[in-house]
Amino acid sequence: MRETRYIRAIAEALHEEMARDEDVFVVGEDVGGPGGAFSATKGLMEAYGERRVRDTPISESAIIGLAIGAAAEGLRPVAEVMFADFLTVCMDQLVNQMAKTRYMFGGMYTLPVVVRAPGGAGLNAGPQHSQSLEAWFAHVPGLKVVSPATPYDAKGLLKSSIRDDNPVIFLEHKALYGSKGEIPDEEYLVPLGKADVKRIGKDVTVVAASRMVHEALDAAKDLSKDGIEAEVIDLRTITPLDRETIFTSVEKTSRLVVAHEAVKAFGIGAEISAMVTEEMLDHLDAPVLRVGAPFVPVPFNLERYYLPNARDIAAAVRRVMEY
Amino acid sequence: MVNKEELLRLLYLMVKVRRVEECLVDIFSQGKIPGFIHVGIGQEAVSAGVCSCLRERDVVFTTHRGHGQALAKGIDLNRFMAEIYGRRDGFCKGKAGSMHIASREAGVAGSNGIVGGGLPIAVGNAFAAQYRNEDRVTVCFFGDGASNEGTFHESLNLAALWNLPVVFCCENNGWAQFTPQKVYMKLQNISKRAESYGMIGVTVDGDDVLMVREEAEKAVERAIRGMGPTLLECKTHRWLGHYVGDPQKYRTTEEVEEVRKFDPIIRFQKYLLENKHVDRQYLDGLEAGIKMEIEEALAFAENSPIAPAEELFTDVYA
Repeated sequence: MRETRYIRAIAEALHEEMARDEDVFVVGEDVGGPGGAFSATKGLMEAYGERRVRDTPISESAIIGLAIGAAAEGLRPVAEVMFADFLTVCMDQLVNQMAKTRYMFGGMYTLPVVVRAPGGAGLNAGPQHSQSLEAWFAHVPGLKVVSPATPYDAKGLLKSSIRDDNPVIFLEHKALYGSKGEIPDEEYLVPLGKADVKRIGKDVTVVAASRMVHEALDAAKDLSKDGIEAEVIDLRTITPLDRETIFTSVEKTSRLVVAHEAVKAFGIGAEISAMVTEEMLDHLDAPVLRVGAPFVPVPFNLERYYLPNARDIAAAVRRVMEY
Repeated sequence: MVNKEELLRLLYLMVKVRRVEECLVDIFSQGKIPGFIHVGIGQEAVSAGVCSCLRERDVVFTTHRGHGQALAKGIDLNRFMAEIYGRRDGFCKGKAGSMHIASREAGVAGSNGIVGGGLPIAVGNAFAAQYRNEDRVTVCFFGDGASNEGTFHESLNLAALWNLPVVFCCENNGWAQFTPQKVYMKLQNISKRAESYGMIGVTVDGDDVLMVREEAEKAVERAIRGMGPTLLECKTHRWLGHYVGDPQKYRTTEEVEEVRKFDPIIRFQKYLLENKHVDRQYLDGLEAGIKMEIEEALAFAENSPIAPAEELFTDVYA
């Protein structure tokens, strides 16, 4: 094992998959010479050359369309969209084209595309560079949505995403890019569609994703001092959602809090809450509570009031413990 | 120079496309096909002229008004018809219908319901050919309306920049749905835009199949030889409405009648007759043969079952 940063874990995954498979190529704005806006693709141009590391114009629709067309012919593109907010610039290609191509043409095509995009707030990047849009894509049949919280998961999930035969929206959190964690020296994969219990507990389940996993773990540490043992589930993959891991945990704890950084309204917390209520109301001892951002754009200057945090999660847990 | 065999092939493709689309109008009006369909009657010279110079391995991206483009590329008529009927034996198991028809065997990558949506994907298809050093060309059909979508700009810029083996074929019928070209753009010739991307742009009379063929051949040749993409604008006429059943209140009766004078099939038949390539008897025989093909396709489609309910859940993911 060795310690590495989240951003380096991403870069390692790209390096390894490009070395392994000639069909893998990287495409996006500034991915080549500059090595990516956040340096996720640093060194790839030197290692694999201009043929496989493609700098593009600022043309998000063309980047995604290119990836779709190339993937339909059997290549395995990894497209970088510089900020997750910019995914909205190419929504037709993502939603009407990429997500529906296989179904619409009766299974004629397989689209192994990965679209990497950094989302999330915390860097004072303002309302157009800070959003968490996972629920938008999770709502679209045909897409998989992945959102790693740790360097270990980032690397293993990205490698699995590249090898997956479906379009994957791979949402990195840019405030986590500098975070450190242990990863093995040898090759490993983290399967898509499998959540990870990051902390075992018996009293309450906290389901979280991306940066909120760390907030949930902090909250759990705090709650433990008061004798409340929270089980923290890191979704890792938003869709396909690992329902089993959530159900198993809630069966044990009978209480559930869902935390995500995106605005609370109509978010993945609403889906998970509804799913658990529909499927296992008898097991619940308390209403399912959601922790998320308020229904406002991400402000440049007031992020600390905007971002949900460990305190909010702990408060929600204490509320469900009152029942 | 197009030899006699190829001349006859062009005629066959044009007449086949026309008769198939007339048949589609007919059966749609009888309520035999669900949804809605878009036909390109009057525009046959573009599909035939362009697709006739492509090889099997070359790939076309077609539009919502793309029956002609798919048929001219050689898509199997039986399975084409079954797809339009929404039946199991259609190319896409009936899930695509008229608007999304595709066949990999025939090199028909798929038609797109989003105006301009296919352009960047066609660029990706051409990129794959270049990446793997494959000897093939991608043709992307789109309409005049699509040339005002952002994807047109993004795709042509990127294709020119990377010298990709692609031909952008603008089938300009003068109408963006219900709006005529003069209302939505200042330029008359869309091909003029090519220069701004650093590629060759050509405008041809899209109702003259030999002119279309000649310029398409040159464009395909350039693509094959690594000389990059071409914007080929074929100016043609849409005889009917945007969709079948469109009352066309936005057009005058005179204009609707006027456009029929440009009939690319009558024009080409006249040329072939005058140059003694064909006689009346040949033309009658051609019609009879196509009629039989269509009848067979209709029977094939109507006898094909609708996919079972379980099919709803297949092919969402690989």
